[in-house]
Amino acid sequence: MNSPSLARSSFVKAVAAIVQKDLAAEYRSRELLSSMMVFALLVIFIFNYALNLEPSVRAKVTAGVLWVTFVFAGTIGLNRSMAVEKDRGCLDGLLLAPVDRTAIFFGKVISTLIFMLLVEVIMLPFYGLFYNVNLFNPGLLLVMLLGSIGYVVVGTLLSSMAVQTRTRDILLPIILFPIIIPILLSALDASNGFLNHLEFDLIQPALGLLVALDVIFTAVSFMVFDYVVEE
Amino acid sequence: MIEVRKLVKRFGLKTVLRGLDFDVQPGEFVALLGPNGAGKTTFLRILSSLARPSLGEVKIAGYRLPGQAAAVRARLGVVSHMPLLYADLTAEENLRFYARLYGLQNPEPRIAEVLEMVGLEGRRKDLVRTYSRGMQQRLAIGRAVLHDPDVMLFDEPYTGLDQDASTMLDIVLKSVASQGRTVVMTSHDLARAEDLATRFDVLSHGVITASTSREGLGSSNVLTFYKQSLDA
Repeated sequence: MNSPSLARSSFVKAVAAIVQKDLAAEYRSRELLSSMMVFALLVIFIFNYALNLEPSVRAKVTAGVLWVTFVFAGTIGLNRSMAVEKDRGCLDGLLLAPVDRTAIFFGKVISTLIFMLLVEVIMLPFYGLFYNVNLFNPGLLLVMLLGSIGYVVVGTLLSSMAVQTRTRDILLPIILFPIIIPILLSALDASNGFLNHLEFDLIQPALGLLVALDVIFTAVSFMVFDYVVEE
Repeated sequence: MIEVRKLVKRFGLKTVLRGLDFDVQPGEFVALLGPNGAGKTTFLRILSSLARPSLGEVKIAGYRLPGQAAAVRARLGVVSHMPLLYADLTAEENLRFYARLYGLQNPEPRIAEVLEMVGLEGRRKDLVRTYSRGMQQRLAIGRAVLHDPDVMLFDEPYTGLDQDASTMLDIVLKSVASQGRTVVMTSHDLARAEDLATRFDVLSHGVITASTSREGLGSSNVLTFYKQSLDA
């Protein structure tokens, strides 16, 4: 095996080790998933009564309510995921390992993404039940995946910064929400398009922008993560 | 094994390390003493590649920091007052996770060996959250020696330990040091430092102000040496 493939293999192994560790720890504690789930359910429940809309109007606000729910629940997940690493010095333990530090970043991104997608998939039937809307649309699932990737990539980078501060729980949403506005708007456009059964040509620009934003934010995070976590 | 030249570390306008020079030979056990705020933890964080130097040169085992940080990290074991362990994983799972990060081939025999060394083989399947502070610290040492590093850095390893746990940690530390490793340990516990180390350096106001070997102490002790070097 030559050295580039060795490096690639150790990178992949490190990412896999971090994802597996996060899943095993969450399986034991169930802290992160349960708090995200309960919070998402509460947001959907509150919107249901607060908006008190006609069935025809409800369908129109679906994308907005869904993404607000996912973003709020996701913030809890991002904060908790990094807090677990910081509280007992485990982030230092990861940074001390002789692996490319972006492997740590991608490991955390993948595990947080798994938790977020799980919450989203579980929330869809609940939303359908509360709002009497059919959400089983492959296009919407694709947008949820792409939007969540962008959100978690940016969120993981910023939470690794915020976790170093005393005000981490408050700081993350303050720095995260303005940056994810382009991702959120594209995801909303594309979600609305699929939910209203528009022609694919009309949805394509929003979908394309979402993919482009995912690529750009991933590349930027890849480049700066090492500097963000080092003092 | 460790060469540090004119090391400066600034946090904004505050300069913590002010042109520090430091050398450690292979196999030496250096106790780094100094008052709170002297820069000991910052210095160890730079040696362990967790912080970047503002100026100066740092070489460990022939590799430069921060440029060759991954090579340095592969030869380094670090123990701080934080355990660096996951509470919701068992001792075995924690060590297996770190073994994967360090790329250990066939880690199971090494994990068993390390757990026996730190006296936790009987609790290997228990969650770390059920461990006492002393047991967590012993497991933290197990984690740090898992990949058989040449250099060990201990940052206040006795913090928060009761007498029994400290005595147990003494035994583990002596075992780690007896295997020919180079050790740098910061501590406020001068008696323990005197018992373990072969050299004593005092770090004050961001520079090494005094250094002596065990032989150099003569009939004096570390406490007298420490007080004299701070008064000077």
